[in-house]
Amino acid sequence: MEHYLSLLFKAVFVENLALAFFLGMCTFLAVSKRITTALGLGLAVIVVQTITVPVNAVIHQYLLAEGALGWLGLSDLDLSFLGLITYIGVIAAMVQILEMTLDRYFPALYQALGIFLPLITVNCAILGGSLFMVERGYNLPESTVYGFGTGLGWALALVLLAGIREKLKYSDVPDGLQGLGITFITTGLMAMAFMSFSGISI
Amino acid sequence: MNGTDTKLLVEPIVDNNPITLQILGICSALAVTTKLGPAITMSIALTAVIVGASVIISLIREHMPSSIRIIIQMTIIASLVIVVDQVLQAFAYELSKQLSVFVGLIITNCIVLGRAEAFASKNPPWPSFLDALGHGLGYSAILITVAAIRELLGSGTLLGVQVLPLLEDGGWYEPNGLMLLAPGAFFIIGLMIWAIRTWRPQQIEKPEYRIHIVHRTEAG
Repeated sequence: MEHYLSLLFKAVFVENLALAFFLGMCTFLAVSKRITTALGLGLAVIVVQTITVPVNAVIHQYLLAEGALGWLGLSDLDLSFLGLITYIGVIAAMVQILEMTLDRYFPALYQALGIFLPLITVNCAILGGSLFMVERGYNLPESTVYGFGTGLGWALALVLLAGIREKLKYSDVPDGLQGLGITFITTGLMAMAFMSFSGISI
Repeated sequence: MNGTDTKLLVEPIVDNNPITLQILGICSALAVTTKLGPAITMSIALTAVIVGASVIISLIREHMPSSIRIIIQMTIIASLVIVVDQVLQAFAYELSKQLSVFVGLIITNCIVLGRAEAFASKNPPWPSFLDALGHGLGYSAILITVAAIRELLGSGTLLGVQVLPLLEDGGWYEPNGLMLLAPGAFFIIGLMIWAIRTWRPQQIEKPEYRIHIVHRTEAG
């Protein structure tokens, strides 16, 4: 239990996907103007990440890794070079299924998420989560915790930045820094604040 | 090469740069720039993928049903990235370890899909080739500049060669460790955007609220 708690803490704070690994930056900078939209997108990312990382972990473990097809009698087959195309396929399919399910059973949530759901397919935080899972060899329960943690961390950073930017638009920023420039500097300061978590381990 | 061709090639380098103006492909621009070597490798890898993908997509643009074009484009890009990844692992194993997951993340790099969708799927191969090459170069220019600044200030080296003699080796330069960490990358790109927009003022964004100073004779 302690192991999973420490993994969760690490995924949310110490190795925050947005602020320490720069993943999902395009969406992060583009969709952080208002807190309500940021909350919607953050929620969608948590859901998609919690589903896709464990699914990709299972696919990697039982189909693609070296010797994984041993149960078919093909124990010396190594399909791991097909990893990238498989993971992005799984992510695209999951997003599509999630979209249809939400549309059918939770129309209000579907309306609220709107355009953000399909855009998640090309969010590199999602693919990055799966690739880190493969690189570090997490098993099924670990990858579930890791998927949830990274999603939560990314959403947390996004909502925090949106909060700052809502106040920032009333301040007097030099012309050249207006918009994108000052957002970069703000994110840099946030990344610095998150670095103070780095020594902590549970 | 006529005027339009040159414009397609040169415009994305400063005037319409994918990173500093279009907010595309930022993740890798920040992540692989702690050292110059990986940044150059990454630039070459991305330029190869974007040029290949744009030309292939442009060649088959007439035969692509528009309802499934995104998934076709993703498949083409993913296949090219797998090729690049395998080549790197075969011939530059150390570098591919340093780049970690970021070669794979070229698949979701928005510059590649963005150019495929916005330009290559509507234009013939030759302009698509130039447009893709221009965007690849624009991305590379930012990546290499940021990496050079970070490596020089962060560890006093360029491409691994000691340029500024460090204090600990009897020199005079105290390396700035912040440059090698995540916040340093954000600050440098932010300041670069400031510099570029001071040079090219037409890129400045309009503020949402203009602060209006009210003189006390008007107030009341």
